[in-house]
Amino acid sequence: MHRFAKPSVFLKLADTLMPWMIAITVITGGTGLYLGLFWSPADYQQGDTVRIMYIHVPTAWMGLFCYVGMAICGAMSLIWKHPLADIAARATAPVGAMFTALCLITGSLWGEPMWGTWWVWDARLTSMLILLFLYLGYMALVNAFDDPERGSKAGSALALVGVVNVPIVKFSVDWWNTLHQPASVARMDGPSIDPSMLWPLMLMAVAFTGYYFIILAIRVRSELNERRIRALQLSGLFEQGDGTTSGSALYDQGHNAGAGK
Amino acid sequence: MTVFTGSDLTCRRGERMVFARLAFTAGPGDAIMLRGRNGAGKSSLLRVMAGLLAPLHGQIFWQGEDIADDMAAHRARLQYLGHQDAVKPVLTVWDNLRLWAELRGIRDVDSEIDRALDALGILHLANTTGRFLSSGQKRRTALARILIGPAQLWLLDEPTVGLDRESSAGLAGLIEKFRGDGGTVIYSTHIDLDITGPKLLDLDEFAIPMMEWLAGAPDDVVPEEGPQAIETPDKEGVSA
Amino acid sequence: MNAFMAILRRDMRLALRQGADSVMVVAFFIVTTTLFPFGVGPEANILARIASGVIWVSALLAAMLSLERVFQTDYEDGTLELLTLSPVPLELVVLGKVATHWLTTGLPLIVAAPLMAVMLNMSTDGFGVLIVAMLIGTPTLSLIGAIGAALILGARRGGVLVSLLVLPLYIPVLIFGAGAVEAALLGMPVQAHLQIMGAILLLSLALAPFAAAHAVRQAVE
Repeated sequence: MHRFAKPSVFLKLADTLMPWMIAITVITGGTGLYLGLFWSPADYQQGDTVRIMYIHVPTAWMGLFCYVGMAICGAMSLIWKHPLADIAARATAPVGAMFTALCLITGSLWGEPMWGTWWVWDARLTSMLILLFLYLGYMALVNAFDDPERGSKAGSALALVGVVNVPIVKFSVDWWNTLHQPASVARMDGPSIDPSMLWPLMLMAVAFTGYYFIILAIRVRSELNERRIRALQLSGLFEQGDGTTSGSALYDQGHNAGAGK
Repeated sequence: MTVFTGSDLTCRRGERMVFARLAFTAGPGDAIMLRGRNGAGKSSLLRVMAGLLAPLHGQIFWQGEDIADDMAAHRARLQYLGHQDAVKPVLTVWDNLRLWAELRGIRDVDSEIDRALDALGILHLANTTGRFLSSGQKRRTALARILIGPAQLWLLDEPTVGLDRESSAGLAGLIEKFRGDGGTVIYSTHIDLDITGPKLLDLDEFAIPMMEWLAGAPDDVVPEEGPQAIETPDKEGVSA
Repeated sequence: MNAFMAILRRDMRLALRQGADSVMVVAFFIVTTTLFPFGVGPEANILARIASGVIWVSALLAAMLSLERVFQTDYEDGTLELLTLSPVPLELVVLGKVATHWLTTGLPLIVAAPLMAVMLNMSTDGFGVLIVAMLIGTPTLSLIGAIGAALILGARRGGVLVSLLVLPLYIPVLIFGAGAVEAALLGMPVQAHLQIMGAILLLSLALAPFAAAHAVRQAVE
C-alpha cells in the first residue's frame, strides 16, 4: 500500500497505464455512443429522447462513485497519513462535480419532453442536486486555506462527514418526495431493462470511469509538479539568475535561504 | 538521569521541512534553551514536544514510553505557554484562570489560583477584567496559568515577550524554583533569562538544505535513505 | 463530566457577558420569518400552508448564523490550543461548546417559534409538535454545525463558507421537522417523523463530537 504512496512510484505506474486507459476509454466510449445512438431501439413512448439515458445514468453513477472515492481517499489520508491520498481526493472533486452537473443538465433536458418542464423535484434529481452542493462545499473548503495541506486535510474530514450523510439525505429526500408527490411521475428507468439498452449503458459507464482515471492521473501529476515549483521558489534558487525575474523575494526564505548556493 | 528524550525528530510545516534528525535529552531539574534563526523551528519543536504537532518521523519518550501512546498522561504532566495569552477580555483575571484549574481537576481552586497570582505579583489584579490589562499583565496572567496544578514539564515559547526586566527576573526565579522541585523546562527566548546552566539546543544544526531535499521527491523525504548531507551533530544534539 | 460543566459554565458566562448574541439570533429569526408574507402575500390560508416550512427554514438559517463563533474566538486568542492540551478529552470540550451553542441559539428559537406560528396563522393543532420537533431537531443543528465551525478555522471567508458546508447537511432535519408539523396539522400520526429525528440526533451525538474534535486538532496543529 505504502509503496504507491511515493510520488515517483505513482508517476511511473500512471505513465505505464496511461496508454491503456486512453485506449479503453476511446474504444468503449466510441462503441457505447454508436450502440446507444444507432443500434439500440427507440423507446415506443419516448422515442429518441430515451437516448439521453446513455449519458444521464452513467454520469449519475460517476457522481456518486467519485464522491465515495473522495471519501475513501480522505479516510486513507486521515488514517495512514497517505501523502497522495489528499492530492487524489482534491483532484477527484472537480471531476465528480462535473459528472454530477452533467447528470442534472441531461436530466433537465430529458425532463422537458417527458414532463413538459425543465425541472421536477424528483427524488433522484433532488438528491443529485444536494450531492452537487456537497461537492461545491468541499471545493470551497479545500481552497479556502493559505496552506494547501491544511485545506486538503479539512477537506478529507468533510468528505467523510459527507459520505455518512449521503445515505441519510437520500433517505429523507425519498421520504419527502413520496409525501409531496404521488408516485404517478414516470420513473426514469424501467423495472427491467432490455439488453440492447444495457450494453451501451455499461460501455458508457466504463468509458466515463476510464476518463475519470485519466483526468485523475493528470491532475495528480500537475499538483505534484506545482508543489515542486513552490519548493523551488521557497529555496530562493530563482534569485540567482537575475534579480528581476521572480517574486520569490516575497517568500520567507527562513533558514534555508542560501542553502545549496 | 533522563526522563524526557526525543530521537530522530523530523518536522514539516506546510511544504517546508523545518528540521530533521533532531534529538534531545532532559532530566529532572534540567533546562534546555532553544536557539536558532527565525523559522528554524523553535516553536514547532515545542509544539511537537507538547503533542500538538505530530512529527513526520521520530518519537518522543517520557521515562521510556512513547508520548503518543498515552497523550492524556502527557498532557496532564506538561504546561505549555504559546505565543498567545488566551486571556478573555470580558472575564476577570481570576475567572480566566478558573477554567484551567477546573480542567486540571484541582480540588481547592481558590487557594491554587491565589497562590499562582501571588507568585507573579498580580494578586491585586484578580478582579480586573481582561480588557483593562496591559500586555505585560496579560502575559503574567498567562504565566500564572502554568503554575496551576502539578506539572513535571514546562514548555515555554518566548515567555518573556511583553515582560519588563523586573518581571523577567521574577520568571527566571519561578523557573529556578520549578527546576529545584525536579521539574524540566524547555524554552525559547530572545533576551537572556537569568537561568543557571541551561543546556543549549541549536536548531540551525538540524536544518535541511533545500537543495538536498529537492534531490528527492518532495513527499518522500525519508531521512534514513535520504540525502546524506545532514550530519548527526555531537552526542544527543545537546551541548552543555 | 466536571470538565464538561466547567466548559459550559465558562462559555455561558462569556456568551452572556459578550452580550446580545442570543437576542440577535432571535431577531434574525423573526425578521426572516416576517419577510415571507411580503414575498408570498398576506393571504391567511397560504401563510398557514407554508408556516411550518418557513419557521424551520428561518430557524436553520438563524442557527447557522451564530455557528462561526463556536470556536473562532477561542481559536484566535490561543485558548483552543490550550484546551487541546488540557488533560480532558477534546470531545468533551466540543460537547460543552455545542451545549452552549444550543442554549444560546436553539432554546431561544424554540421560545420564539410559537409566536411566529401565530403570526403565520398556523393552526394551534401543530404547536405542540412544532415545539417537540424543534426540541429534538435544534440540538442536531448545533452538533452538525460544530463540525462545520471547526473545519473553517483559519480559512478565508469562514462565515460564508460554513453555510455552504453545513446547510446541505441540515436538509434531513428540515424535511422531518417540517414534515412532522405538517402531519400534525393534517391530523396524521407524527411518531415516525419524531422517531427518525431522534435517530438522527443520536447519530450526530455519537459522531459529531469526534469529527469536530478531529477538525479542531487539525486547526491547532
